[in-house]
Formats: sequence, C-alpha cells, structure tokens
Amino acid sequence: MTDIIPGTLIGRPIEAASVRKRRRGEMWLKAFGLVAIGLALSMLIVLILSLVSSGYKAFTQTHVTLTVPISAERVDPEDIAGSSWRGVMKDAAAATLPDASKEELKVFDDLISDGAKQIVQARVTADPALIGQTLTVDVPVSDPFDQLNKGLIDRATPEENRRLNDAEIALFDRLDEAGLVRQKANWTLVTQADSRFPELAGLKGALIGSFYTLGICFLLAFPIGIGAAIYLEEFAPRNRFSDFIEVNINNLAAVPSVVFGLLALAVFINWFGLPRSAPFVGGLTLALMVMPTIIIATRAALKAVPPSIREAALGVGASRQQVVFQHVLPLAMPGILTGTIIGMAHALGETAPLLLIGMNAFITAAPATPFDSATTLPTQIYIWADSPERGFVSRTSAAILVLLGFLVVMNGLAIYLRNRFERRW
Amino acid sequence: MTLAAFAVLLAATVAAYALNRMAAARIIAGGGRLHSLESFHGGFAALVVGLPVLVLLIVWLLAQGPVIDRMVMNGLPPGVLDGMDGGQRQLVLTEISSVARGQVFGEPEEWKLAAAERMVRLQGTSSLMMLAAAAILALGLLFYARSTVSAEFRARQGFERIVNGLMIFCALVAVFTTAGIVLALIFESIQFFRMVPVHEFLFGTRWEPQIAIRADQVAGQGAFGWVPVILGTVVVMVIALVVAVPIGLLTAIYLNEFASKRFRGWVKPVLEVLAGVPTIVYGFFAILVVAPAVRSLGASLGIDVSPTTALVAGVVMAIMLIPFISSFADDALTAVPRSLRDGSLALGATRGETMMKVMFPAAIPGIVGGVLLAISRAIGETMIVVLAAGIIAQMTINPLDSVTTVTVQIITLLIGDTEFDNPKTLAAFALGLMLFLVTLAINILALRIVRKYRELYD
Repeated sequence: MTDIIPGTLIGRPIEAASVRKRRRGEMWLKAFGLVAIGLALSMLIVLILSLVSSGYKAFTQTHVTLTVPISAERVDPEDIAGSSWRGVMKDAAAATLPDASKEELKVFDDLISDGAKQIVQARVTADPALIGQTLTVDVPVSDPFDQLNKGLIDRATPEENRRLNDAEIALFDRLDEAGLVRQKANWTLVTQADSRFPELAGLKGALIGSFYTLGICFLLAFPIGIGAAIYLEEFAPRNRFSDFIEVNINNLAAVPSVVFGLLALAVFINWFGLPRSAPFVGGLTLALMVMPTIIIATRAALKAVPPSIREAALGVGASRQQVVFQHVLPLAMPGILTGTIIGMAHALGETAPLLLIGMNAFITAAPATPFDSATTLPTQIYIWADSPERGFVSRTSAAILVLLGFLVVMNGLAIYLRNRFERRW
Repeated sequence: MTLAAFAVLLAATVAAYALNRMAAARIIAGGGRLHSLESFHGGFAALVVGLPVLVLLIVWLLAQGPVIDRMVMNGLPPGVLDGMDGGQRQLVLTEISSVARGQVFGEPEEWKLAAAERMVRLQGTSSLMMLAAAAILALGLLFYARSTVSAEFRARQGFERIVNGLMIFCALVAVFTTAGIVLALIFESIQFFRMVPVHEFLFGTRWEPQIAIRADQVAGQGAFGWVPVILGTVVVMVIALVVAVPIGLLTAIYLNEFASKRFRGWVKPVLEVLAGVPTIVYGFFAILVVAPAVRSLGASLGIDVSPTTALVAGVVMAIMLIPFISSFADDALTAVPRSLRDGSLALGATRGETMMKVMFPAAIPGIVGGVLLAISRAIGETMIVVLAAGIIAQMTINPLDSVTTVTVQIITLLIGDTEFDNPKTLAAFALGLMLFLVTLAINILALRIVRKYRELYD
C-alpha cells in the first residue's frame, strides 16, 4: 500500500505546469470559439445597422408647398390633358415665389420634381371645379435637394465639388425659412412603380410582380411537390426507377439557381415562345427551383406520422389512397406548410434566374396580369443598386428593408405553424 | 377567348362530377347496390373529362404562337425576304407581331401591314378553334363518362389509377427538369462549340466576349478562353473559404461542446438568419459598406485598391457561408457516438482535448462533406459577385485586383441582347454547362462522403 502523499497521484507527482498548460489550451479554444461567434454575430449586426441607417431616410421625402393658380386661360375644362400644364407650373412658381428674379425661377424649376406637373394635373382631372381657383399642394422636391435637406450633401464642400451650387442652396434655404419645406412620409415608395427620378420611384410594380410570381410558383410547386412526395414516400415500389427519381431530386436541390435561369431562357422563352419579363415565366422557373425543397419537407412530414394511424385506417377498410389523403396528409399538413413557406421565402429573395428571363426591365407601370412585363422585389433592388443617382442608394436600402420585412413575416409564420400545430407522437 | 376556354374546362369538370354522382345516387335510390361510393363515380368522371381538356388547352396555347408565326412568314409576298439571314427574318417577324398588337412605330411597308392583319386574323381563328375543340372534346368525354355509371362499375379503382398516374407524373417533373437543364445546356453549347473550337474555350487565356452583334457596333474581335474566368471564380471561392471555414468550424465547436443550452438556443437561430438573407442583399451590402471600407483602408496603407475586388466579394460571400458550414459541422460533431467522447473524458482528457483529438477527427468526413457543399455554393453563387466583383476577365490571383466569375459572365452576357445565333449569347450556355457539371460533381462527391460516414456510425 502506497502512502498517500499530498500533491501526487498514484505515487507520482502531478506535473502542475503540464496541467496548467492543458487548461490554458482549453481556454484558448473556448476563446477562439467565442471570438468566431462574436465575429459572425457582429457581421449580422453591421449588415442590419448599415441597411437601416441608409434605408430609413428613404421612408421620408422632402416636399415643397406650392401655390398653384389654375387659371381658366391655361386649363381648358373640355381638354384637361391637352392643356398647357407647363404654363400652369410657371404660374405656380411665380405665385409661390412672388418677388423672385428670373434666375431664381429657373432654379425653382429644377428644385421641384418633374412629377409635380402630374400631381397637379391629377388633382384637377379628379375635380374640374378647381379651374379658376388657387390650389395649395405639396409636391416632392427633386433628388439633390432632398439629399440636401436630409444632410447628405455637405454645405462645407467647395462649390465646384458640390452637386448643388450656392444659388440653388440659397433658394432652398429661402423656401425653408418661409416654412414651405416639409418632410413627409414617402408614400410614393409603395404607391408608385419605378421611375428614372428617385423621388418618383416606388415599389408598387415590384410588389405586384413579386406577388404574381410567388402566386404562380406556389400554385405549381405546392400540388406537384406534394404529389411527388406522396408517391415517393407512400406508393413507389423500392426499385431502381424510384432511386433514380430520388437522386434526381436531391441533385436538383443543389443546382445553382442561375442554371435554372438558363433553363428558363432556353426552354420557356426561346423554344416555347413564352413572353420575356413576365411573372408567369418567373413563377414557373422558381417553381422548378423550390420543388425539391417542398418534396423533401413533405416526405419528412409524412414520415413523422406514426404507422398506427395508417394501420387503423386500413383496418376499417379504407383503400391505400383513402388512408393517405384522408388521414395521413391532414396530419402531416403543418409540417408540409412549414417547409413550403420556407421554400417560398427562399423564392421571394431569388434574383439570378429572374434576371436571365428579363425581369430587370425598366417598367413604369405595375403589371395588370401575370403575362405583362414586370419586375420583382429582388430584381428591383438590383436595378436600383446599379443606378448612378445618389437618391437610389437609400431607396435600395429601403427596398431591401421591405424585402427583409416580408421574409421575417414568412419565417415567423413558419415557426408559429411549427410550434402551434406540429404534434410529437 | 382563352378565359372562355378555361371556363368551359371548369364547367365541364364540375358538370361531369355532378352528373355522375347524381346518376350513381339514383341507382342507390332505386334499390341497387353500387360497387363504389357515389363520390368516386363523380371524381372519376371529373378526372376523365378535366384532364384531357386541360392537356389540349395547354398544348394548343404553347403551339399556336410558333405555328402562326410560321404561317405568317410563309405567307409573305415572294421576294421580300430574299437575302435576309435568320436574325433579320426574326426582326421582321418581331415588327409584324408588334404591329399586330397595335404598336405601330414609324411607317411600316405595305406588306408588313398586310402580314400583321393576317396574323391578327389567324390568332382570332386559332382561339375560336381552340374554344370549339375544347367544347367538343368536353362534350364527348361527358357522354362517355356518363355512360360508365352502373352498379358494377369499379369507379374507385379507375379513380385511384388516374390519381396514381398523376402522382407519378408529379415525381417525374423533377426528372424532366434535370433532363431539360442538361438538354438545353448541351444543345446551346454544341452550337457555341461549332463557332468556337472546344480547345480554344477550355485552354484559351483570353476572355473578351464583347463582340459586335449588329454591323454598326464597335467592338473587339472576341476571344472565348474560359481560363481567366474560372481562375477568378477560384480566387473568390478560396477567399470565401479561408474566412468562412475557420469561423464556421470554431463556432460549431464552441456551440457543440462548451456553450450552455440557453446560449446555444439563442445563438443558433440568430446565425441561421445569416443563411436566410437573400444574396442580393449581401451584394448590395458589399458595395455599400465593405468595398468603401476596404478602399479607404487600402488608401490609408498606401495601396491602390480597385473599386471591385475579389477580396470584397470573397469576404461577403464568407458571411453567407458561415452558418452553412457551422451547421454542417455541428451535425457532424453531434453524430459522433457519445461513447467516444465519454471514453476520452474518462481517461482524464480535458473537454478541449476531447474535442480536438477525438471528436473533431472522428467528424472530419462529415465536415469535409459540408465544406465541399460550401465550395459548390460559392462557385454557383451569383448576386454577390455580380454586384461586388468585376466584369473584365484578368489572369490574376491578386485578391486586390478586380476579377470576374463564371456566374457574373453568364449574367452579363445574357442581359440585354439575347439573340440565340451569336457566340456571345451561346458562350453563357457553355459556361452554364461547365458550372452545372462542376457543381454536380462536387455535390455527388460530398453527398457520398457524408452518407458513407453516417453508415459507419449508425
């Protein structure tokens, strides 16, 4: 029997230095792990903060209050659209800035947006009784002045490097002092379609385009995906043919999205002659892309339904299809829907295949049907990200925030469904 | 007219269901015993009527455009198309169809107006014929379906056979898609390789696809050697992996072994958010934040950095890949049998030693599979590089230079002019074929490694 000597283990001294070294090694590993997690999380934070800080400015727009005399000489009630709206705007400039010089009036013409004319015209068209009266209306200012008001143009920069010269800034300040400048919520962002002018550009076309595209995608991918999953999970004989289909689906899930765009361009547009830029073709393409996701999710959900359900139904005389469609499928539905929503969220953010089928066209009207030319949210973001105007930078961020908002809602819905309805057997 | 045809389809399907169901119910009321439930009689009739009419409508709609185009082109007065090549004929056809839609630009020649009129007439006839054909087919099938109702008729078997066929068709859609991808890519690539020799494409070191499409455009001669393009792709991918793999693996190790349950339950979903962000958002983030930051950092160090660099594209792509790699590694570590871990701990190893010397080596195959899948993702990733990397192909491995990638070239070549008869457009399909083959090979390899390894421990 060895004596128990403190500081030793089975008679041998513990090598204190070595233990300390090993502990230190473990500490380092933990520290590195924490640093890695910190890095990943901080990237997410930087991503979101930079988008929010650049995007929130696009949710407001600088407006100027115009006084517009609608004189009967300028506007003909019989032919409102053909009237001299340029003349009306000239009157408006003179009425808003009563004692302005000719140069100042010219600067003022640049200051208000090109869309001001349409706004006034639309008001008068809606209410012809306004002819002969004086109208007060808030119109957006053009992009550089909007930037100035939001502090994105530095007044301290030398004039030759600034996007606005001293005269322009002076006029803007004069309007500001007169209390005519107002920062208002930018509803244009959701009520208008795309435009060359940032202050008039909105997401309406892209939102409707995305809606149609996702709708078509869902109508095709959901039934076909479920049908395929039910066949493979419940009815397919275990043979080479079924294996071949399975391998196909798994590989399809990993094909780069841009390849689906090439498929759509060559087959749907070039061979079948379907229209370019149409949400219908976009939906068709995305349906092929998300189908593997839906099939895989559906199979997992079907597998989770316990065999006792099937056996009970078979026992009371249901046919195999009745078992699946009347008993197993309803029980698997929450899981299927969760997978489908996640697939749809993925499709909503997908850009590359849609670019190839021409959904990045410049379109100033919202599509009326799924066969009209349209953009979608991500392709609109791509168009704006590529635009040189400064005003589109914050609008791109705003559009991204809208897109991320939709994704958060969809994923939240999927998580809710999973927690609320999914049963553990 | 198309809407009317679909209305006929819907009405016929509903009528078939209702008629047969009622007929079956009458047999029961008359004291008969049916083999199948009434609803199966109805469902069988609905499928028998609805499916053929639906197929007819889809085929008709797909075929009518090309057929009418051909008829209009063949019906043009003799001589007007003489001396035109395929592209010019296409332009004539486009003009005629836009006139037919009512969009007249300038003053088209008399024969074009006549052709447009003919096209409108043919379209009208075609829709009328489609409606008539759908109606006749629907009626015929309705009568047939109605005639099947009898006490002995095995409606359930018929119905289930059709449903089974439909489900097999759904499963085959995946096969059709793969076949469509392969055929489309190969078909267009063969056309490309007729114009540009294969060896020039595979081994050429110059990529200058901006050739003249129309005679009045000024452009270079064009060179289609994909080596600089694939080199750029590899550079971006390597940068992305160099950043993402260590961060992803360390994250997985910490979360798997050291993190408390609460910390893990909180961090994991947040990291997964990174994987759910659309790639266009990362692309914009790269040009909004990362590229200016790298540029100003370079300027402060006295290095001239180009506005689009492989470094920026790679780093931003790495952010996207981190959750991907970490969740794969996490799964691989979790799949290592508990006995290995417990054994190591029982022998007196610290948790760190257990992780690095026992668990991690045991999980290596799964982790390698995950990294391979990440590589295939990085190669196929499009929107980040479209926005953050360049367009000009250069033979360089300097991360601070501008490089281009396969996916960027596919997008830039196919945006704008897309006539399918010049090497510029077709080159995109050749690149797409290469991309498809490379990612497919990597995916198959990765899945095989992962599966083999799983079997080892199960």
